[in-house]
Amino acid sequence: MAESNHTVRGFDADLHMLADRIAQMGGMAESMVYDAVSALVRSDESLAGDIRARDVVLDRLQREIDDKAVRIIALRQPMAQDLREVVGAMRIAADLERVGDLGKSIAKRIAVISRESQPRSFYRGLEALADLALGQLKDVLDAYATRSVERIPDMRDRDEAIDSMYTSLFRELLTYMMEDPRNISPCTHLLFCAKNIERIGDHATNVAETVYYIATGRQLEVDRPKDDDSHKVMVRE
Amino acid sequence: MRPPEDPGRALIVLALAGLASLGLALYGGGLAWTGVVLVLAVAVLQVVRIAGRGRSEARPAAALQTAGDEAVRRFADAMPDPLVVFGSSAEIIFANQPARETFGELRQGVSFRLRFRSAEMIGLLDSVIREGKPQSADYVERLPLERRFRVTASPLGGAPGTFLATFSDRTEVWRMERMRSDFIANASHELRTPLASVSGFIETLRGPARDDAKARERFLTIMQEQTGRMARLIDDLLSLSRLEMKPVLRGRKPVDLATLMERLIGSMAHLASESGVTIRSDWGEASRVVSGEEDELFQVFENLLANACKYGGGGGRIDVTASPASLDGMPAVSVSVRDYGKGIPREHLPRITERFYRVDADESRMRKGTGLGLAIVKHIVARHGGQLKIDSAPGEGSTFTVVLPSA
Repeated sequence: MAESNHTVRGFDADLHMLADRIAQMGGMAESMVYDAVSALVRSDESLAGDIRARDVVLDRLQREIDDKAVRIIALRQPMAQDLREVVGAMRIAADLERVGDLGKSIAKRIAVISRESQPRSFYRGLEALADLALGQLKDVLDAYATRSVERIPDMRDRDEAIDSMYTSLFRELLTYMMEDPRNISPCTHLLFCAKNIERIGDHATNVAETVYYIATGRQLEVDRPKDDDSHKVMVRE
Repeated sequence: MRPPEDPGRALIVLALAGLASLGLALYGGGLAWTGVVLVLAVAVLQVVRIAGRGRSEARPAAALQTAGDEAVRRFADAMPDPLVVFGSSAEIIFANQPARETFGELRQGVSFRLRFRSAEMIGLLDSVIREGKPQSADYVERLPLERRFRVTASPLGGAPGTFLATFSDRTEVWRMERMRSDFIANASHELRTPLASVSGFIETLRGPARDDAKARERFLTIMQEQTGRMARLIDDLLSLSRLEMKPVLRGRKPVDLATLMERLIGSMAHLASESGVTIRSDWGEASRVVSGEEDELFQVFENLLANACKYGGGGGRIDVTASPASLDGMPAVSVSVRDYGKGIPREHLPRITERFYRVDADESRMRKGTGLGLAIVKHIVARHGGQLKIDSAPGEGSTFTVVLPSA
């Protein structure tokens, strides 16, 4: 895509168009998650509505990319790197669409959580978790843009940091719930928000693997750390 | 089939096409003519495409030569702001040194849209390429550090199909604005908590506890504490905003720190004995006189000593020591307030001078802290052109060191 020299310039144009759509999707998905978390922290319901509207555009972009990619494969029958480029674009688009969905699902909970004003401490961990996940997503998309795959294997390890942060947040929210039963409702919603953010990290990892595959034709090893430890967390009185 | 990649292979295709048409012609009939026309059309198309490709390469290549010109490149690298030259499909042709430092590797051919994929940026690139007129937009790089840029994109004169984007950093301005709004939000939040507690107790006193003399006495004590806290908070907020109103310190006078400290330690005696600490000061050989504003400096050490009593009281003693130092090559005095309390965990150190930042919110409230003390200290020290250094480790106490210019 970036440095291709196809004799048929239409093919270059097609690949450019795919990349531009991915760029648009990536930018939107990132800003949706960022805005969802800041809307949550500031109880900004109008921003929440705006996020839901953006999800519609994101879905449309993903379908466009799918259609375009299928058409490219059918008409131009790309091979090797070109084929990986096209198939990779479809996979990245699917992951980004899911990231947008997860952002939207955070936005949907804002109205319920901010019905009463919540202490700032509820959100601190969530913000830190979101910073980690968004940082990973940004680095992965930057690597896709600049074709610097050297850093990808390390990026995938950052998923571990996100998972351990999520586990500690899980524990913290459970503690708030035990302190005061009135916290149960907001903290349960926040727990789902945290889970969503943790899954955004997983999707970023998927994109990282796809980018690596596009550039090298090889798959990263499968021994990636996949699990968080929240299923082991118990809080005793 | 994948299209051929170089002119040589295109020629082979041409030759093959010729052979095929010959074969078709031999096969005979109207079919052959259709075949010949078709194959020739394909061949012509290939040639046109190769020629077209040559042309399309000529444009960026010309721009590259300009940008690649060593002098121009050095000139661009010496510019303070990030600067990116890109082509008509928003591919990056050249990025100067500040751009590479700010945004990492920006190799030639990387898609500008993909690397800076915010909606505003994509909109800017689309419209400048479409309309060919200079335009601006804001770009936010949120992680790892939030940075804001005003990006201006314009066509490069003399090189059609090439554009220039310059980034001017607006992070500082934006951070100042945000600090102000954060401050108001924080202040109202901090005042609301004691206010809610007071109004809650009033409600109880008028209702269920109306005739309970013992409860009344207890509630009134708490209410007095809460109103006291609000008053302290307002005092601190006022002194901070007064400090901000006059950012430049005027009317510096020589201030004898040793006398100031003696006076201060006398006035702190009550708090010290309440916290079970003894304050020792040792001035040694250091010069005692600094240049500054006496009341403000009094406030600095008052806050530092109060903190040491409140949060480092467990160690039983506080040491105030002075030593000669230098600030930017000028003689200065360094004063340390050392406590032997429980210390501050490492992760909090970078943040404890922030307004309303508290290591332990409950303890701070219990000790009548407003969350503004260190913010005030930092502000005053900065106004004096001095330095505030904080060393601490859990279990080993904390040392707050203020370095001030000598008179």
